[in-house]
Amino acid sequence: MNKFLFLTLLFISTASHAALNVFACEPEWAALTQLLAGDKASLYTATRALQDPHRVEARPSLIARARRANLLVCTGAGLETAWLPVIVRESGNAAIRPGNSGYFEAARFVQMLEIPARLDRSEGDVHAAGNPHIQTDARNFLPVADALSKRLILLDPANTGYYQQQLTTFNQQWRTAIARWEKQAAPLKGVSIIAQHRGFPYLNNWLGLKQVAELEAKPGMEPSVAHLSQVLNELQQAKMVLRAAYQDERPSAWIAERAHISAVVLPYTVGGTAQASDLYALFDDTINRLLAGLK
Amino acid sequence: MSKLFYLSAAVAALLSHPLAAAASDADLQAIREQIRQLKQSYEQRITQLEQRLAQAEANSHESVPAQEQPAVQAASSSESAFNPAILLVLGGTYGQLKQDPAVPATGFAMSAHPGHSQGFNLGESELGISANIDPDFRGIATLALASAGGVTVENAFVQTSALGNGLNLKFGRYFSGLGYLNEQHAHTWDFVDQPLVYASLWNNQLGEDGVQVKWLAPTDTFIELGAELGRGRGFPGTDRVKNGIGSGVLFAHIGDDIGIEHSLRAGISLHQTRRTDAVSTAVADLPGTPGGVNNSFSGDSRTVGMDFVWKYSPDGNNRHLKVQGEYFQRRESGLLTYDTALANISDRYAATQSGWYLQSVYQFMPHWRSGLRYDRLDPGTASMGALNAGNIISNYGFQPTRTSLMLDYSPSEFSRLRLQLARDNSRQGLPDNQLFVQYIMSLGAHGAHQY
Repeated sequence: MNKFLFLTLLFISTASHAALNVFACEPEWAALTQLLAGDKASLYTATRALQDPHRVEARPSLIARARRANLLVCTGAGLETAWLPVIVRESGNAAIRPGNSGYFEAARFVQMLEIPARLDRSEGDVHAAGNPHIQTDARNFLPVADALSKRLILLDPANTGYYQQQLTTFNQQWRTAIARWEKQAAPLKGVSIIAQHRGFPYLNNWLGLKQVAELEAKPGMEPSVAHLSQVLNELQQAKMVLRAAYQDERPSAWIAERAHISAVVLPYTVGGTAQASDLYALFDDTINRLLAGLK
Repeated sequence: MSKLFYLSAAVAALLSHPLAAAASDADLQAIREQIRQLKQSYEQRITQLEQRLAQAEANSHESVPAQEQPAVQAASSSESAFNPAILLVLGGTYGQLKQDPAVPATGFAMSAHPGHSQGFNLGESELGISANIDPDFRGIATLALASAGGVTVENAFVQTSALGNGLNLKFGRYFSGLGYLNEQHAHTWDFVDQPLVYASLWNNQLGEDGVQVKWLAPTDTFIELGAELGRGRGFPGTDRVKNGIGSGVLFAHIGDDIGIEHSLRAGISLHQTRRTDAVSTAVADLPGTPGGVNNSFSGDSRTVGMDFVWKYSPDGNNRHLKVQGEYFQRRESGLLTYDTALANISDRYAATQSGWYLQSVYQFMPHWRSGLRYDRLDPGTASMGALNAGNIISNYGFQPTRTSLMLDYSPSEFSRLRLQLARDNSRQGLPDNQLFVQYIMSLGAHGAHQY
């Protein structure tokens, strides 16, 4: 009898160790979920840091993983439209359909930037809901963490206390970290930069960087040499050219060489560079790289 | 608060009761549980209060500035806000062929023959409309704009979205889930035309009016099983006007990633239909009737297929390689009527025909892809009753083949220009060099693509 009871308890406890199956679309949300849910969630990350999240394919492996997910944690705002709808549909998993509690879009909880006044494909790959690259501003993680924690509690009320505790800890530590990053990044205020892809408005907004040009003539269109030459002519006093780790290095290298400015690769998400091993390291590394670009 | 009151009252009553000591373990357990819950609920409230305090403190000396405001909020009247997603694909080709495209592949005169168009023509222009109907259903319609004018219903189906448990149900008119290429719309094809095996055995694509059910296994490896029951509308089925089921399909797919750079999907499928008075025209015969004869077939048609696709994308997805291949084998047996116009001789007939293709598409730089495809068909050896032994060709002694080379350029995700050259040896004695130029443009809502 005792043995049976013990086994039952063991079963329950192992089951409760990972009560939630979480399917994170991007590494930054996997990292955040990890901080908020600890061992209460078993995590699967759909994309890698060096993949362009716009252009992921609806691979069978992703569909299979979504099948048993209790919660989908994604950016939203149209970033995943090329693949996520197929995955949700084909997975036959009603819990993670848009509108259900298992579907979480981070972009819903932050102030969106660059919402287009004019929706026209001649403007390139524009996103109707605004620029989806919200993870480059550390402050955006606070409202997202708050909403995500509430969602975890909704799906797994048995661990409410734990999730609340984790959120409190996260909020405290993250705010401290933001203060530290803002202090470190003070010299970056007002610095002119060039961006390879329209991917840094939140970073610019946060740290006060001034974007003077973009290497892509239209968002989502690979830069052409003609456009690069034009950008080169328009260069004013830009200090550096930024690109995300997943992007082709050639356009920014081309500009950097001719304009004699530094080309800075930003991790963009957790795992984008060797140093950006977790959410805190992501911003440590981002700011270090930006500061190094100043020299 | 009242909970606490009741609980204390209960505890007091219990303690004062002379039989307290005899209270069962279960009662004690229940009380402990209640106390534990109370404690937890207070702890939660305190944590929440602490959080609010922390937030209030933080907000007082830091607020997220919203420098850029949305210029215009999407203003849509309540009527148009629920408009479905609309995709219009504009496609057209220019074809330069040396031989008459109406001649079918040797040995496949009794199969389908979609052929090619010469000169300028409106190719795969289509209009797609899709939306969620309600929380339970999603509807999709694809109307193909025929180059000669007129509109045909390519797809019009309803899909369930709330069944869960890995189940997906589809009903209406849809492309069958067999094979790999069959479900893909023309604007997503990697070549201007379908492989020979699809052209001959499925008339390019098997479309069905019916019901499809798919089930995805709850495993980390992708394992999907599907079954379809249909009217038997699409070739090789013969459209029917009676009760019952005209065709059935079973398929299974398995897929996974290998490492972080490779992904794979493989499948098997089975299709079965009963053909009734399927007429084929201009079929070559043993006596060598000029222009061929018209034959009619009634009997069973059973097709088995195997398919695989492998994709390789080193370190991401800007450059990638896709290799795919499919094999189908069809066994038909029944009664064949030779020369329905004159001789009209019926006798038993059986034949096994097969075909395969192997193709590879490589994105060698952003926007540019090249592709190579090899097609092969096997008309097999037909067996027939004595009455028709002198009329019907049983062995053609020729295997149709074709090699195609493709180059395409996509200025954006929504536009594509393509050049294709083919060496067509599918018709004995009529080798053909073919050239195609194609454009495919997508306007409007561009949904996600399948793997």
